[in-house]
Amino acid sequence: MGTTSTVLLWVLGVLALVGGVLVFTLNSMARVTFALLGSLVCVGGVVTVLRLPYLGVVIVLMMVMEMVIMAVFMIAYMMNPAGLMPMSMLHNKRGSLVISGLVFAALVVGIFLVPWPDRTGARLEDTTFQVGMSLMGDQMLTMVTLGFVLLATMVGATVLATRRGRYDRFGDDLDQRPANDSAGGGVGR
Amino acid sequence: MTFELLLVLAAGLFCTGLFGALSQQSIVMIMMGIELMIGGVIVAAADFWYFLAPAAGSGQVVIVAAVVAMAVEMAMGFAVTTAIYRARQVDMTDMAEDLKG
Amino acid sequence: MAEAGTWWALPAAPAMLLVFAVLAVAADAALDARNAGRRITAHTAVRPLLAVPRALLAQPRRLPAPDRLLWRAGVITVPVAAVLATLVIPFGNRVVADLSVGVVWFNAMEVLTWAGLWLAGWGPNAAFSLVGGYRFLALGLAYELPLMFALISAATGAESLRVTDIVGAQHGLWYAVWMPFAFVLYLAGVLAFSFLGPFAYPLGRDVADGVLGETSGVDRLLLQAGRWLWLAAGAAMAVPLFLGGGAGPGLPAWAWSLVKTLLVLAVLVWTLRRLPMLRADRYVELAWVVLLPLSVLQALVPALVSLTR
Repeated sequence: MGTTSTVLLWVLGVLALVGGVLVFTLNSMARVTFALLGSLVCVGGVVTVLRLPYLGVVIVLMMVMEMVIMAVFMIAYMMNPAGLMPMSMLHNKRGSLVISGLVFAALVVGIFLVPWPDRTGARLEDTTFQVGMSLMGDQMLTMVTLGFVLLATMVGATVLATRRGRYDRFGDDLDQRPANDSAGGGVGR
Repeated sequence: MTFELLLVLAAGLFCTGLFGALSQQSIVMIMMGIELMIGGVIVAAADFWYFLAPAAGSGQVVIVAAVVAMAVEMAMGFAVTTAIYRARQVDMTDMAEDLKG
Repeated sequence: MAEAGTWWALPAAPAMLLVFAVLAVAADAALDARNAGRRITAHTAVRPLLAVPRALLAQPRRLPAPDRLLWRAGVITVPVAAVLATLVIPFGNRVVADLSVGVVWFNAMEVLTWAGLWLAGWGPNAAFSLVGGYRFLALGLAYELPLMFALISAATGAESLRVTDIVGAQHGLWYAVWMPFAFVLYLAGVLAFSFLGPFAYPLGRDVADGVLGETSGVDRLLLQAGRWLWLAAGAAMAVPLFLGGGAGPGLPAWAWSLVKTLLVLAVLVWTLRRLPMLRADRYVELAWVVLLPLSVLQALVPALVSLTR
């Protein structure tokens, strides 16, 4: 690992931590969301510097989309989205601080005490190819499971979030065509 | 040394997120904490892969799984928040403790 | 085939992007003049550029309790992301940064527009601006996945995410020829991420110019520049992805890249003036019910071809 990489890792790491702390100290919900976005983009940067360019850039891509959508919900569900009237929305702050502090201390002690094994094997030149071969090869089952989890999430989230069921759309006998939808839609209706 | 420091970064992100998830009342803010925790997991996984077993493609699959977990967590979290808000105008965990023992 | 970026490629890429964007603006103004029945002179074409010094000199508008930090961040993000996206676009045989994940990089930079535009809508603390920002997200959820599949189709055909590999894999047969649907979807995506023409919904007249409504001076200039820079970047990226890059008979590679980029840009400028503005709710349904399944099928074609090769 060269000097440039080390410097980059330091900068990205510090920025990620600062962003993470800002998430729980800022007042404005929009700023909170984008502090988290900044933190996770730095995580993507760290992953990229660790020679995983594909996963790193995909993390950045996904986090931007995810956090912008998250911002919509933050604004929708928080009573003080712009942080113009600061207020505390915490419970059991001391207990949480103690627990997370203890966990952090335990993790750090573990990190420095555990005799980590030496590096085994050499890195392939094309890590993108490596993850692809892994997902399409010996980790195929993982890939399939993840696919089904995502499908189930899409269906489940839609069912949970929507107010209207099929009887609202198609009438009591499910024979009403076209469906009675509040939004017109773009496919011939 | 970089290896250990990156693990400390991962632990820091994880514990910041843990603090948020434990202390925040709003469901949406709790989800932000969980996102941060998974971010820590990603850093740790990438770190382990790079410094301990770069020949193993399965190490990268852990990161893929963590990213998927993030997406699933957010989608289901917002769906549940929307459902509970629609039913009972509740967006704070302290107002949804019916099952508290 | 691509040479590593020389030092002058780094400033040259944004400069060329700017030139393409200015040409697009000039063409748009010329078409405006033609529609209005005025004579097209050099003056009509450069007239919109007078807005640049005007915007720089204009007194900024003051608003109650704006979120200045996020507003600035959003306004700057849109043009900067467009410039960053061009780093991976080969022009002739030259490319600034030939990343191994160039296609994903381009996509990630394009998604940054989501954040930029939403922030630009959030910043001014004004209802219509924010509505504009939300409108772009709704459009984004519709156009993004078909666009991603269009990009993936090209990458699958070349079995590489490196843009220069995609150029190299198109020897003899352009991807636009045997993946026409992906090409069209890509061009629609270009119009969408530059929020122009049919996708000007976030800046609609019905919400008092939406995201642009409350901006003034440099902010407005940057956002407007961002749209046209993105249009130019999208046109430039279409050439290596679908039109064989700099390949062509007779002329040198850079000349072919230039000709093709200008052609795509002309087609885009012409198209964006011909189509009516799309409402997000209509486009979402069209995108998810019709375009997305078709784009998956389109991605299946190069996958099958790669398998049997």
